[in-house]
Amino acid sequence: MRLSEIVPLIELEPLVVIDEPNFQVETVCGCDLMSDVLAFSQEKTMLLTGLTNPHVVRTCEMTDIKFIIFVRGKRPPQDTLDLARERGINLYLSPLSMFECCGRLYQAGLGSETMRRID
Amino acid sequence: MQEQTLLQSKIEQGDFTRGGEVSSSLKDVLRKLGIKSETSRRVTIVTYELEMNIIIHSLGGEIEVLISSEQIKVVATDRGPGIPDVEKAFQPGFSTADDFVRGMGFGAGMGLNNIKHYSDQLTVETGQGKKSKFTAIICL
Repeated sequence: MRLSEIVPLIELEPLVVIDEPNFQVETVCGCDLMSDVLAFSQEKTMLLTGLTNPHVVRTCEMTDIKFIIFVRGKRPPQDTLDLARERGINLYLSPLSMFECCGRLYQAGLGSETMRRID
Repeated sequence: MQEQTLLQSKIEQGDFTRGGEVSSSLKDVLRKLGIKSETSRRVTIVTYELEMNIIIHSLGGEIEVLISSEQIKVVATDRGPGIPDVEKAFQPGFSTADDFVRGMGFGAGMGLNNIKHYSDQLTVETGQGKKSKFTAIICL
């Protein structure tokens, strides 16, 4: 699904835009635990989260996630915005809940990423 | 190729503001060296986990990353206080992190397990009241 299709679907407000709107998003990860994003995220994906501190950007940088959606209308602080610009990570804001965002994206055909099993 | 140091940096206890800067710099260095993206991803995740571990759990320490023609080695050393039960610390979900750390999205008890998962070889030297040394090797 193209990012340009996702924007109206979950009512996204752009905060930091690096990549083109025709960027293809394949899978979505909804998570507030950065430890789990680091542990389980397997693919280049989009992260939905309610956390807004700069370590969300750091975590995505390390795991090659290029898009972060802050849910529940939580606006990130300036240091998070600055770090995202510096490290080339796209940030968007949705007024919807995590559940509503995931539900709409799933219904529109986006799937979950393949999770690794804990060893 | 003889082993060369790619990066060496001190990490301060509780320095969440600068947390991740070492791993971020490393990612830039690996990109410039043309290291393939999946390998770079594994190395930077391991380094970031080790960097945050020093910040969250130790009295401060250092990270050194070395490269040879066969492998990348990430060495994290700290000034204590050591891990009393290493086997337990590697169990997924086990964590001693406080509420502040958990509020930042860390301390879910996946860090050490994750470092092991993304490393081809991992050695840990530690013990109660001792300094800790993690050596993670990722093959090229």
